[in-house]
Amino acid sequence: MRIVFKTDYMQDIRPWKDTYQLMLYMILLAVVIAAPMLIDDFYLGELTNVLIWALAGMGLMVLTGHTGQASLGHAAFLAFGCYANIIMMEQGVPFMVAFPLAGLLTGLVGVIIAIPALRLHGIYLAIATLAMSILTDDIIVLTETWTGGVSGKYAPPVNVFGFDIDRWGTPKEFYYLVLGVVVIVTLGYINLMRAPLGRSFIAVRDSEVSAQAMGVDIARTKAMSFGLSCAVTGLAGALMGLFAGAFNNETFSVIISIELLMMIVIGGLGSIHGAFLGAIVIGFLPQFLSISKEWVGALFGGSSVAIPGLEFGVFGFILILFILFEPMGIYGRWLKIRTFIELFPFYRKDMFKRQKSYLKTERLR
Amino acid sequence: MSFLEVKDTTLKFGGVTAVDNLSFSVEEGEVFAIVGPNGAGKSTVFNLISRFYDPIAGSIVFDGHDLLKSKASEVATFGVARTFQNIELFDQATVLENLLVGRHRHRGTNFVSELFFTPSVKKQELQSRHFVEEIIDFLDLQAYREKRIAGLPYGVRKVVEVARALATDPKLLLLDEPASGLSVEETTDMRWWIDDIRRQMGITVLMVEHDMGLVSGVSDRVLAMADGAKLALGTPQEVQSDPAVIEAYLGHVA
Repeated sequence: MRIVFKTDYMQDIRPWKDTYQLMLYMILLAVVIAAPMLIDDFYLGELTNVLIWALAGMGLMVLTGHTGQASLGHAAFLAFGCYANIIMMEQGVPFMVAFPLAGLLTGLVGVIIAIPALRLHGIYLAIATLAMSILTDDIIVLTETWTGGVSGKYAPPVNVFGFDIDRWGTPKEFYYLVLGVVVIVTLGYINLMRAPLGRSFIAVRDSEVSAQAMGVDIARTKAMSFGLSCAVTGLAGALMGLFAGAFNNETFSVIISIELLMMIVIGGLGSIHGAFLGAIVIGFLPQFLSISKEWVGALFGGSSVAIPGLEFGVFGFILILFILFEPMGIYGRWLKIRTFIELFPFYRKDMFKRQKSYLKTERLR
Repeated sequence: MSFLEVKDTTLKFGGVTAVDNLSFSVEEGEVFAIVGPNGAGKSTVFNLISRFYDPIAGSIVFDGHDLLKSKASEVATFGVARTFQNIELFDQATVLENLLVGRHRHRGTNFVSELFFTPSVKKQELQSRHFVEEIIDFLDLQAYREKRIAGLPYGVRKVVEVARALATDPKLLLLDEPASGLSVEETTDMRWWIDDIRRQMGITVLMVEHDMGLVSGVSDRVLAMADGAKLALGTPQEVQSDPAVIEAYLGHVA
């Protein structure tokens, strides 16, 4: 049983609870920095992929996990970030400028879309954003002169502080580029969530009426959240484009949107950890499946067999299991285990049980 | 000019007149209670002041601000805080986080400074925390500080809601049935707290309440409503002995 004895308000304001926790995160950081020395280029590529997905996951987490607005359209913003970055680079804008600008532009587009879209609630918002995701494919084909349409585009190598980085030639450097972006975004995210704006996101998620009664401007807060979410997603999209090397109208399909949403649900809605845990599941699942397919194939003396749709099938199955048995996701499960250990032997079975309240003040809509 | 002035206000939902040409005013520093049978329009009056509904006629002026010209979120920034009849807390957040949301109207930092958590943000956080701790002390919530709302008993949630409203540092506090569902002891606690809120903190209180013991114990003036209209207005004793009020509650004398 570990008890944190608090003597100072700063202990609640700083991002870590105590030195022990800080140490754990420092070790994690050291491990990911040392990763290129520890694993070969193939697995480093997979790790890079996980980090990019985690970045996109954080983008959606702000909106869905913390502000409570479901979006099935985030592949559209991945695409926008990706194309914006590459098109600017082709026009001669250096990567160091084009990359943040791509994020900023995606954020602006997000705010513009948010103003009408966020008048919708729940399932209606999900449908509207889903439509946006489907439209993206056609828009990319229609604007062929800029986007290359069906034949797509190739990502050029990028230059960061004088180093030429490209995903295949210099995977280690590309990994550090992605890691740097992820660390910076994560720190910003943590800062926001311990400041008034982050709390107003949570307020809007849990009760719009009382958020309003506390002086939170609902429309502005939602638009802010949507914009931030899209900006981070745009950055992830730009990195995704560079990682894929080549992309066209079908790269950022509606499937990606759904995968992204499933990822944060599996990881655990409403926590930054959830975005990373979900990304690990999404990122390593295909590898895990192909390895286990070979293993099963070898067991029966044959070569590995191709089962169409296996990946999505397994993925959907995992999602159903999570929604049935652990709606709080992997991170929620971890919190329960941790509480169990910390409080041992005083953990109660219903400690995390959600209370249903049927009486809510009229929702005014 | 009164502190809060509701004048000739009418609100209709389709054919139902929820608030019917209602006028009353609340003076600074008093505890003003609204009583009436279910469906009399008491909570609707609160929702009108909070700007959740638009009246079809009338005016509502608070401390020189025309509330009908303001957005719902601006009402709080003028210094009006409220609680809800059926508890509207942020369920997945801790008590402390709930109270800190109450400090939102004093936010002096912007998105960029919060993103980098500049020293000014840190200073503001410390100040907010200090203010919130005083409220926690005042309402005896120390034991629940880190607990999530979703696991708290009803009586505590009721107090947390009052605490969150007080955390906004309001001039006018709207309490929507502060004692509903509370035990006798909890109601007594609530009575002393309301008294202290008025006397120590100097906050004007406007409340809707069914518990006549609580109402006559703390309020200076009482407004009785039925079917959206004013029945009687005066001291608790005057209103309780008013024939129209007795009729609304008990029906005609045969």
